[in-house]
Amino acid sequence: MTAATPSLSTDSSGLSPPNPAAGHAAKRRRRVPYLLLLPGLVYLVVLYLVPLIGLVRMALQTGNLQAGYELTWEWGNFVEVFTTFRPQLLRSLMYAVAATGITLLLAYPLAYAIALRTGRWKNLFLVVLLVPFLIPFLLRTLAWRIILADQGVVVAALKTIGLLPDANGRLLATGWAVLAGLVYSFLPFMALPIYVALEKIDRSLLEAAEDLYAKPRTAFWRVTWPLSLPGVISGTLLTAIPAAGDFVNVQLLGNPQQTMMGNVIENKFLSSIDYPAAAALSISLMMAIVIAIFFYVRAVGTEELVT
Amino acid sequence: MKRVKRLALPLYLGFGLTYLFLPVMVVILFSFNDNTSRFNVTWQGFTLKHWLNPFAVPEVPRALATSIAIAFLASGLATILGTLIALALARYQFKGRSATNILLFFPMATPEVVLGSALLGLFVANQIRTGFVTILLAHIVFILSYAVATVRARIVGFDRHLEEAAMDLYANEWSTFRKVTLPMIMPGVFAAFLLGFALSLDDFIVTNFTSGSLQTFPTYVWGAARRGIPGQVNVFGTGIFILTVSLMLLFLMIQKRREGRPAST
Repeated sequence: MTAATPSLSTDSSGLSPPNPAAGHAAKRRRRVPYLLLLPGLVYLVVLYLVPLIGLVRMALQTGNLQAGYELTWEWGNFVEVFTTFRPQLLRSLMYAVAATGITLLLAYPLAYAIALRTGRWKNLFLVVLLVPFLIPFLLRTLAWRIILADQGVVVAALKTIGLLPDANGRLLATGWAVLAGLVYSFLPFMALPIYVALEKIDRSLLEAAEDLYAKPRTAFWRVTWPLSLPGVISGTLLTAIPAAGDFVNVQLLGNPQQTMMGNVIENKFLSSIDYPAAAALSISLMMAIVIAIFFYVRAVGTEELVT
Repeated sequence: MKRVKRLALPLYLGFGLTYLFLPVMVVILFSFNDNTSRFNVTWQGFTLKHWLNPFAVPEVPRALATSIAIAFLASGLATILGTLIALALARYQFKGRSATNILLFFPMATPEVVLGSALLGLFVANQIRTGFVTILLAHIVFILSYAVATVRARIVGFDRHLEEAAMDLYANEWSTFRKVTLPMIMPGVFAAFLLGFALSLDDFIVTNFTSGSLQTFPTYVWGAARRGIPGQVNVFGTGIFILTVSLMLLFLMIQKRREGRPAST
């Protein structure tokens, strides 16, 4: 993808003799991509990289909002992340992994059915899949609070079939509700990339597999699944990353004893105003995610991610 | 057995769609709920009172207007910056390409709490008061990478020979861009704008960190969740839903009609 892309001018500049005017034009052409990149990249450096580095600095400071902060290379905030807040850190990662797994199991067959089995109604089904996410995010999550409520139908149904054995058993304010909310919130981020990958598959490959007497199951695992992997990888990342940092679902559907990293960061930044501790938590969450992505991408083996 | 197998996928599709639409139906249904207490969480009977007085709680339309203004500006600016980057990446060879790609990937790999808190730290450290402008600046950061990806997918997909033909016919770079490149990538630019608009309009976490006391629609809903959400919120939520769904269906119909015609290009 990188080396193979020829620049626009290859044909003309390759044929024309090297005269001064052409040389000048070529020099100008070499500047064009940088001029195109400049505004956007400067923006990202100033409003993404600089603040992120600022967060690391802030984590190593001591002081308070009134007296001001001083860089004292105080590493204690980072120690605290792995001692005091270890349960939250582990819970964030566990919820993220579980939510991603369940979302994949739900979204893959949906994307598969729409991409390969709905024929001319494909676009309509795709719209139908995405339409629920046009209801604002917080309203959707609050709706789950009504659906999973103690006196609601879902709890009653689960009690009838004995899946909620306890008479006072509830769904709301449990980890299950949080998981349900997370899965629902990020489903389109999983389904869409998988759909795109499946849609791109050349149908003649599947016909070839059939012609060569591959059983449908073999054809799926040897042809369809590997070709859909890029979509699966983007989808899992786009689900796991926001899920690990989420605090909305815990706040609205879970209980205060089972908070995630996001809740602690939000609280320390916006309520108790302990900036250095909050910054250390934030940076640790980011690092945990970057390390996890690194190993994940290495394990599934793709370089397509950043191109 | 064969029958079961053939039915499995459609059944699953039906089950999946029910799951997807359950919350939608709840949101719409409760816009008609005749709730007596402030908490609009149990069904108490049908009423049109929220629909007939959509502006009864002035904070709701005000917050929504703020959200729409921010979404429009943030997505517009991010789409312009993103289109320029996408053109550079898809059309030119240059040093620093992979560094650019990595810089573009990182914002997508950053959880919103981290981005929001980093930006809040920046604003606090530089004594910038949080409000409309800071929300706008923050939203552009997370929209930008998506805008680049969307536009780039479109550029990579089209035939570069058309541009070369224009150049051979002595069109200069600028008129080639204006008359050939831009019209061809326009659907991608438009898609990027819509995606960015949707992402910005519905963003809560980053906004929560960078909004100060200004209320957008999501931060209003978040605050109101503790003291009871007025039915008007459901009315506007349903309104947004109906509007965007109709737009999507219209778009789909136009596309279908275009496909039906013999290709004219």
